[in-house]
Amino acid sequence: MNARTADRVATALFWLGAILLVALLGGLLGYIVYHGGRHITWDFLTSPPETIRAGGGIGPQLFNSLYLLILSMAITVLIGLPAGIFLAEYARPGLVTEAVRFSIETLSSLPSIVVGLFGLLVFVVLTGWGYSLMAGALALTVINLPLIVRVSEEAIRSVPHDLREGSLALGASQWQTIWKVVMPCAFPGILTGVIIAAGRVFGEAAALLYTAGMSSPRLHFGLWNPAHPSSPLNPFRPAETLAVHIWKVNAEGLIPDLRRVGDGAAAVLVLVVLGFNLGARWLGRRIHRRLTAA
Amino acid sequence: MRRSGSGLSWERGLLLACAGLVIVLTVSIIVFISTKGLATFLVNRVSPAEFLLSTEWAPDRPAEQGGPRVGGLPYILGSVAVSVLAVMVATPLGLSGAVFAVEVAPRWGQRVLQPALEMLAGIPSVVYGWMGLTVLVPFVREHAGGLGFSLLAGFLVLSVMVLPTIFTVSADSLRALPPDLKEAAYALGSTRWQTIRRVLLPAARSGIIAGVVLGLARAFGEALAVQMVIGNTRKIPTSLLDPVTTLTSAITMDMPYTVMGSLWNNVLWSMALLLLLMSCGFIVAIKLIARRGVKL
Repeated sequence: MNARTADRVATALFWLGAILLVALLGGLLGYIVYHGGRHITWDFLTSPPETIRAGGGIGPQLFNSLYLLILSMAITVLIGLPAGIFLAEYARPGLVTEAVRFSIETLSSLPSIVVGLFGLLVFVVLTGWGYSLMAGALALTVINLPLIVRVSEEAIRSVPHDLREGSLALGASQWQTIWKVVMPCAFPGILTGVIIAAGRVFGEAAALLYTAGMSSPRLHFGLWNPAHPSSPLNPFRPAETLAVHIWKVNAEGLIPDLRRVGDGAAAVLVLVVLGFNLGARWLGRRIHRRLTAA
Repeated sequence: MRRSGSGLSWERGLLLACAGLVIVLTVSIIVFISTKGLATFLVNRVSPAEFLLSTEWAPDRPAEQGGPRVGGLPYILGSVAVSVLAVMVATPLGLSGAVFAVEVAPRWGQRVLQPALEMLAGIPSVVYGWMGLTVLVPFVREHAGGLGFSLLAGFLVLSVMVLPTIFTVSADSLRALPPDLKEAAYALGSTRWQTIRRVLLPAARSGIIAGVVLGLARAFGEALAVQMVIGNTRKIPTSLLDPVTTLTSAITMDMPYTVMGSLWNNVLWSMALLLLLMSCGFIVAIKLIARRGVKL
């Protein structure tokens, strides 16, 4: 085979591989959304699950997933953003910076089940909270912290240096410069990162099995006092999320319409995560366009 | 820049505290998992060799019958088998996708392939498990034989899950190559394939290997998707259609049914410790590979 033919064959193979990859994604998404989409009704999304009979929904699970997402993202941003600012603006090469970077790398490569076990030990047993939303939120924080720190550091670093110098030249302190000049510029990048992290939180299950738990108490929607044990807002109650629900209904196999619940819940999960991804992408493009046009 | 920031002002202290929290978190994870994981060897006096090399598993057999035995080898081999096979399937596809996206059809690659792979990465792992369970397992059962719950189903599901990792890291390292390399190769009259094979791939080698190792790490630590499709049978597989079990799957299945502090429970924590050590090992390996790449 001469070089030119080899080149043609290779090119054809690369195209084939790429088409295969796109077909794989298309097939997967299409299958999930088509098969599960038929089962998504208002009733399915809002009614509570059944334990042994058919016809249950995913209402509390959906609520738990969203509530856990808000709780966990709030904590993650509260710790991750300052850590990112520190790395981008204050850190000098040295032992502390090295240690932070090493920690971030270690955290980001930990298997989520290991994080779940750590959560079980510390947030469930040691704190005495038992299986709870708070324990789950903290476990998810461990998983997402490295992503948020890295994203905020990068976003802050990519703010042009002139802006800082201009602000400092006008007599602003370093902190004022960061807070009033750098952060607003870095905000879109950070927001995009947060949305992507939110998508990951929504789909995570392994770390939640032994932290947020595999059951929900009977919830009384309308009871909004967070201290009440059956209030949906109580952060110290056990909470089964949507992703955990898919795993659990299958592992227990007690309901006859397992397939319907699993397919429907998987479709909801994928659609929400997809929504987060597309949302982040759209937002990123929009902001990029506005910044470059300005 | 004003030097007043070098003192320990309150805002600097606050930021440092948050960064410090990241360190504290990492250290406490390592300490807590190690303490629990080492109990098997320090409290229950099981030899590490038995845990790592024996296949005998009877954690609740009384001492008078020669127990308890906690050989973890089937779990370890199961984890190694599914993740290595998954990476062997995912690497050619992911790498060729990356070359396609960066070199062959940059525009199409950037606009379609890159976002497509990112979405593949975004699909939650239970959904992969659910798809494996409802589509792949019956397919294997009907067309290849056996129960369907098998090593084969396990590594196929995993290979789709690690594809985005291998793709992204390889594409990044190809994109980071200096353009001179490609131009020089073309100037010498090379075809595109010759340039890719003889110049670009070797030059990006360390990045590509790092991507593969990262994929291996992901596969090794993945829990629920694998657990749902592999059958969870504790035996060393002799064919692709045999059901297997893995470290992550053992933890997922047995943790709720064992009493904290019992030997069986302690062994599960030892498995978690092993996973932790493996993931640290993978990071070190990637660092070493990256360092060697710079020297090249």
